[in-house]
Amino acid sequence: MSKKLRTRNHKVVLNRSRGGDAGITVILTILGAFMFLPMLYVVMQSLKPLDELWMFPPRFYVVNPTLSNYTDQLTLMNTSWVPFSRYIFNTVFVSVVGTTGNLFFSSMAAYAMAKIKFPGGKAMFKTVQTSLMFHATVTATTSFLIMSGLGLLDTYWARIIPAWGTTLGLYLMKQFMESGVTDAVLESARLDGASEIRTYWTIAMPMVKPAWLTLIVYSFQGLWNAGASAYIQSEQLKSFNYAIQQVMAGGIKRAGAGAASTVIMMVVPIAVFVITQSNIIETMGSSGMKD
Amino acid sequence: MSNKAAEKKAVSRKDMTRWQWTWKEIKNNKVAYLMVLPFMLIFTLFTIVPVVLSIVFSFTDFNMLEWPNFVFAENYVRLFLDDDIFIIAVKNTFIFAVIVGPISYLLSFMVAWFINELPPKIRAVITLIFYAPSISGQVYLIWQTLFSGDSYGWVNARLLEMGLTTSPIQFFQDANYVMPLCIVVALWTSLGTAFLSFIAGLQGVDKAQYEAGAVDGVKNRWQELWFITLPNMGPQLMFGAIMAITNSFGFGAIVTALCGFPSVDYAAHTIMHHLDDYYGQRFEIGYASAIAVVLFLIMIGANMVVKKVIAKVGT
Repeated sequence: MSKKLRTRNHKVVLNRSRGGDAGITVILTILGAFMFLPMLYVVMQSLKPLDELWMFPPRFYVVNPTLSNYTDQLTLMNTSWVPFSRYIFNTVFVSVVGTTGNLFFSSMAAYAMAKIKFPGGKAMFKTVQTSLMFHATVTATTSFLIMSGLGLLDTYWARIIPAWGTTLGLYLMKQFMESGVTDAVLESARLDGASEIRTYWTIAMPMVKPAWLTLIVYSFQGLWNAGASAYIQSEQLKSFNYAIQQVMAGGIKRAGAGAASTVIMMVVPIAVFVITQSNIIETMGSSGMKD
Repeated sequence: MSNKAAEKKAVSRKDMTRWQWTWKEIKNNKVAYLMVLPFMLIFTLFTIVPVVLSIVFSFTDFNMLEWPNFVFAENYVRLFLDDDIFIIAVKNTFIFAVIVGPISYLLSFMVAWFINELPPKIRAVITLIFYAPSISGQVYLIWQTLFSGDSYGWVNARLLEMGLTTSPIQFFQDANYVMPLCIVVALWTSLGTAFLSFIAGLQGVDKAQYEAGAVDGVKNRWQELWFITLPNMGPQLMFGAIMAITNSFGFGAIVTALCGFPSVDYAAHTIMHHLDDYYGQRFEIGYASAIAVVLFLIMIGANMVVKKVIAKVGT
């Protein structure tokens, strides 16, 4: 062999050029700045006192940080005719009930599709997988008619029930169950006389914790970030995000309060992701589509 | 119990017709149907039925008030021959998808690949930085502040300072800037599920393969990427592509939030906006359904084509 291999502690050291490392660092820094600076600007804006918000030319960073935008936001909340606590309740209620139902229904269906052989099971999964290929806007028009036909318009259920059957949730769950739950374990449970539902709940589910954490995070994020819904007319049923949009629609006078509420809204999904990141990445390890 | 099981086994597939066998399998697996029932019911009701209904309505003049009449392909003819704005929308949708889809896909993969060899803690922080914009609700509205046309606009202030412009540019009211800006913002929010899938996929490639590769004469990271990493990542590349394509058609909400509806001179008007217009404002369900069907076919078509291409990577 002509080339001498570099080794360290008897392990082969992979070929990495210094130029390549430097290039990667530069590209990552530029892209990272592009991603991070706007996020940072929101936080900066939310901490700026009035005179800095009105300053011309605008400055990126804040000099005298203040929390007054956050307290202003609270005052604004108290002056709206639907109490702000109601909007918060709406979002929390829909997020929690929607996510809980999604967790049960999707994981149960995913278990059946991944681990029980039954006529039609594969076809069902194929159909669900195909639906990942089009965006939900396509179905918005006719979904409205169905909602209306079922008498769900202008109720919490119009937002909750569709959330109980998200395709991406089922897809990720099924893929993970397929690779993460060994058939031998299930087989021995079945031989011991455990029913399928019991096997699913007591054997399979504990083995796919990363998958259901991921499903919870995805479902929660979707519901939490949902703004105005075409299905909801009553002001008392609308989401927190919608209410914040209304605050921001107040224009530049509300720029500080708007930035403050954006920060409040983004902190929650980001915190949830930070806590669950390793589980989500583990789930994504089996997200691949084989055909 | 064991006797019964033996009896069950004794019946082989050959003793029955195909239908008898299927029927027996269905009866034996009642519990499986029970388990998929709630999900499939919701999925059918809010995904399958709407698609089918759209197709049916697209051949009618349904408007929510009168009983629909069958009009055959009239809606489609009107769409492609009589509706100039629809043609603009198709054009914009394609420009949007063709730029945002591939770039967000490559960006997701590139960043995931770059950070793959970093220590786990640093990797987690960088992952968060790139992923955060896609999960932070309406945080993208900050771009409106950054590119605002009044004294708030940070970008305009810098341009004025540097003497590149003499008066503030009305970015979101100028047909020349609307589309590129929306594309940038869409890209900013586009490192989502595909990105996470790539990170996980790269971590999952067996390290021994890289060492074996180094012994076999893989000279640099590019060869390693081509000969080892990509062939191992097929399933993730496929899944990521589908996520990227589907999302690249779904940025209508961002455009509306940034540029208003309709956007100036329809400069960022997409099929999705056209759909909203006819269904939400004019209640022409028949016509809107035809738009939805066209959009549906475009998305499925794009996915099919890309799937074929991705399947060739690393083979």
